[in-house]
Amino acid sequence: MGYLSTMTLAPFIAALIIMLIPSQRPGLTRAVALVASVISFGLSLVVFAGYDWHRAGFQFREAYQWLPDYGITISLGVDGISAPLIILNAVVLLTGTIVSFKIADRPKEFYALFLVSVAGVFGVFASLDLFILFLTYDIAGLPMYPLIVIWGSTRKNYAALKLTLMHVSGSLFIWVGMIAIYVQAGAKSFDLEYLASQAHSLLTPGFQTIFFPVIFIGFGFLAAMWPLHTWSPDGHGAAPTAVSMVAAGVLMKLGAYGCIRVGVWLLPEGAMVWSPVFVTLGTIGAVYGGVMAIAQRDFKFVIAHSSVSHMGYVIVGISTMSLVGLNGAVLQMVSHGLMTALFFAMIGAMYDQAHTREVGIFGGLAKNMPWYTGFFTIACLASLGLPGLSGFVPELLIFLGAFQTYPMVGILCVATVALAATYMLRLVARAFFGPLSPRWASLHDLLPNEWFVGAFLVMTLIIVGVYPTPFLDMINASAAPVIERVGGIR
Amino acid sequence: MPNFDPATLDYVLLAPQFIVTGLIFVCLTLDLMVSGRGHRFIGWVAILGLGIGIGAQASLWGVRSSFAGVLRVDDYSNLFNIIFMAAGMGVVFLSFDYAERFFTQPGEFYAFLVAGVLGMGLMAQAQELLTAYIALELLSFSSYVLVSYAKTNLKSNEAGLKYIILGSFSSAILLYGVSLLFGAVGSTMFTDIRTALGTSVATSAVAQIALLMITAGLAFKVAAVPFHMYSPDVYEGAPTPITAYLSVASKAAGFALTMRFVVMALWPVRGPVSDVIAFLAVLTMTLGNVVALRQTNIKRLMAYSSIAQAGYALIGVAAFFAAGEIAEQASRGVILQLIGYLFTTLAAFGGIIAFQVVADGRENISDLAGLSRRSPFAAFAIMSALFSLAGMPIFSGFMTKLFLFAPVARAGLLWLVAIAVLNSTISLYYYLQVLRVMYSESPAGVTALNASAVAAIKAAAIHYEVPVLVGAAVAPGSGHASDSHGTAHGSRGAEAHTEVAPSPVGPWWRRRLTDGMEPELRFPIDPISVELGIGITLALAGIFALGLYPAPFVDLAYDASMALFAK
Repeated sequence: MGYLSTMTLAPFIAALIIMLIPSQRPGLTRAVALVASVISFGLSLVVFAGYDWHRAGFQFREAYQWLPDYGITISLGVDGISAPLIILNAVVLLTGTIVSFKIADRPKEFYALFLVSVAGVFGVFASLDLFILFLTYDIAGLPMYPLIVIWGSTRKNYAALKLTLMHVSGSLFIWVGMIAIYVQAGAKSFDLEYLASQAHSLLTPGFQTIFFPVIFIGFGFLAAMWPLHTWSPDGHGAAPTAVSMVAAGVLMKLGAYGCIRVGVWLLPEGAMVWSPVFVTLGTIGAVYGGVMAIAQRDFKFVIAHSSVSHMGYVIVGISTMSLVGLNGAVLQMVSHGLMTALFFAMIGAMYDQAHTREVGIFGGLAKNMPWYTGFFTIACLASLGLPGLSGFVPELLIFLGAFQTYPMVGILCVATVALAATYMLRLVARAFFGPLSPRWASLHDLLPNEWFVGAFLVMTLIIVGVYPTPFLDMINASAAPVIERVGGIR
Repeated sequence: MPNFDPATLDYVLLAPQFIVTGLIFVCLTLDLMVSGRGHRFIGWVAILGLGIGIGAQASLWGVRSSFAGVLRVDDYSNLFNIIFMAAGMGVVFLSFDYAERFFTQPGEFYAFLVAGVLGMGLMAQAQELLTAYIALELLSFSSYVLVSYAKTNLKSNEAGLKYIILGSFSSAILLYGVSLLFGAVGSTMFTDIRTALGTSVATSAVAQIALLMITAGLAFKVAAVPFHMYSPDVYEGAPTPITAYLSVASKAAGFALTMRFVVMALWPVRGPVSDVIAFLAVLTMTLGNVVALRQTNIKRLMAYSSIAQAGYALIGVAAFFAAGEIAEQASRGVILQLIGYLFTTLAAFGGIIAFQVVADGRENISDLAGLSRRSPFAAFAIMSALFSLAGMPIFSGFMTKLFLFAPVARAGLLWLVAIAVLNSTISLYYYLQVLRVMYSESPAGVTALNASAVAAIKAAAIHYEVPVLVGAAVAPGSGHASDSHGTAHGSRGAEAHTEVAPSPVGPWWRRRLTDGMEPELRFPIDPISVELGIGITLALAGIFALGLYPAPFVDLAYDASMALFAK
């Protein structure tokens, strides 16, 4: 067992153990979940620290025979694109586990499903086999339905159904695209490196032109690419706190990661052909999400729409086919994952006390909830791209990439930042400043576990914002070959 | 017919079938001797006998021979026989409680079940049309009896009547086709038919009509659209274990015979046959899934879902025209789909039966409300099965999709793959409705063990919310709102001290994290009998084994498909 397989399996095994724990022992359940997430987090740090920043290609490789008849091997490894995302997922796993200590209704089932989902996410980021990647991709999305239906709030049945059906609709496209790629490449192997090596031989330009959009749209569902984003506001709005953290923080990144790993990497010529279309969709998403966020009156919906906007940047960054843009897109995924995790953790903490999430009725909370206000404000500032926090560098890179290839898109994206400033600052001003309404005088500040989660996430936001060099170095080293294959701007 | 001398035949080849035949009579005889709960003993005898049968069949693994030229014993028929006996065992496990609760004469039931298993096994072995027909009738007749076995239940009687009328009609068509084909070809041996179809006979009207009729007869057996009309009614009315038995075992037998017939007899005309089958496959899966969307009865829903599943398997048969390695892989795909479907169906119906035996046989989806609280294990079994049917990962359904889609796409039928995945997306919609009812709703008609305590906490939470609502309606921050706020606090404290464990008073950081959160409702758990538990556990183990580590199953199916295509 190597680092990656242990990291992936720890939550999965913990889920199995939790299912055997009697439901009268919720404390034991929480302890097991915490141990598993600490193990995974620790291993992700080991992987990150042990990763050779400047070398492209996959490291920490492992391979296990699984289904040789169909050319499927459990083959694991990370490169500069997946390593930062693995850290992100580990952070969300750890903080999600801790913030969910408050769940009193069926904690056993909650943790089992939550851990399975997160294990699936690890699997996607770590697999080098297309089939295993897709298998784990579906594992990650599957538990969302029960998680939202059982523990969710507002319109949970509708939201859960919509999220799941849209996730599975994406899988529909991926199934077709994946089988087509497999057959076109000789029906020998699902190994990603083998398939990539066929990009300029068996996978003909005509084939790539047809199937690139199939793959990109398939993963685009989960990446909340406009107009496939509609699951995201409802889903995030209805999900319980930790699930919102995973859904917005990590699941959306699975989609974008699939777009890069399977779409751009395997089908470079198709990517070049379709680049203008997806840049357009990304831009529309960025602007649309921003405009919609201004109109929302529910905390979670503001953040969910801002997520659509931020994922629009990611799609733009990927589709510009420039090295700077792709670097920015990957770093933006990390940064956005961390900040949305913080947002949803904070919103959940508020909802548990106040049982409402309506923006307009709060006011002056800074007086009795100083920590809460501080954490939330930092998340807002990161979201609108304040230098020194994680949001600034990636957005800058994406804009540079866009200006290199599609200047108009660059201008629109920069304008969207103004939108972000509008809705974020309004949110902060309304909820936290001004006179304290006596109705909210009894609200208390963060509970210890919430405080830990908030402080931890703020710390990561600052680290990524102040010292992004390790991330950028490793992303750049691995993104350069991808862009080279496409023939994009280096 | 080839000449044969009874003295020279190798009877060992049919040892498993002799064992099963003996088992029928053992069950019938035992029924005369036991009474009351003694039928459980007969059930265990049937399980034991089928287990011995599986062992005997497994010992023939690798043999490639034929019995008097009419029954072929190779890995293909071995594997299918094992599947059928395992299915029979599974259904017996599911039947104990149901039989005790709903049947007046549970003992004979097992004998009929075993007779059906024998018929199915012979269908997989047949390489001669009349033998195949007789085997199919053995299965059909035992099924007619089994469907109407709940004598006092009107629905069961109605289903039995429908099944026997439509079933004999389809048998007649099949038999008519067989006789016409005999007229055109002059033989009922599969190999002779194959030779004849290689000549101009294939284009003669008689041969074509004959093939059409035989196809219709077989399509009835696998309940392919448009020959599916009987199945929802029959599945709904039949005793639940028999619904499982029909939807998995008898369908698998239909596929076993169809594939053998296509490969051994229809090979020269496989192109047009595959087109027909691809067309039937699209109709079958689409209609099955679309109609299932509107069902309110869980057994009817499973019937339509079962039609759709047969449609998925049919796309594999449609890839046979590609011949060579792709056809072998396609047959492997069909076999694995059937194996996966066997586990899945047994798990789903195991869960449903566990519910029905305590819930007086109710079968509406809305009756399943809160099942996860009353019998978590049954609900988990149903959930796993439904996710597997929808082709979700870590369950067998995800892998069987790969096994079917890879060869079909290699045969150039990517559009068929696309339609199949689209269908599994549609199917997820109605499966999720069932899950929602089981997991998200509360059980009707039972009070939670800790209801009062939970209600107290809930009430406190609602009081807590009141000022918000009032405040939103009236002016913010008015005295009225803060007043009601204050009382809410008071009442919360009072209730907390009387009904709930006293919550610690003090600063916020001393509070327990779960204070004020809605706790878990606890309901009395319905018991599940040992036999049913074993049955469901085995089925679940199968689902997860095929979903997580399918290589051993693929190896078995590989041997079977090699035998199917062997000269």
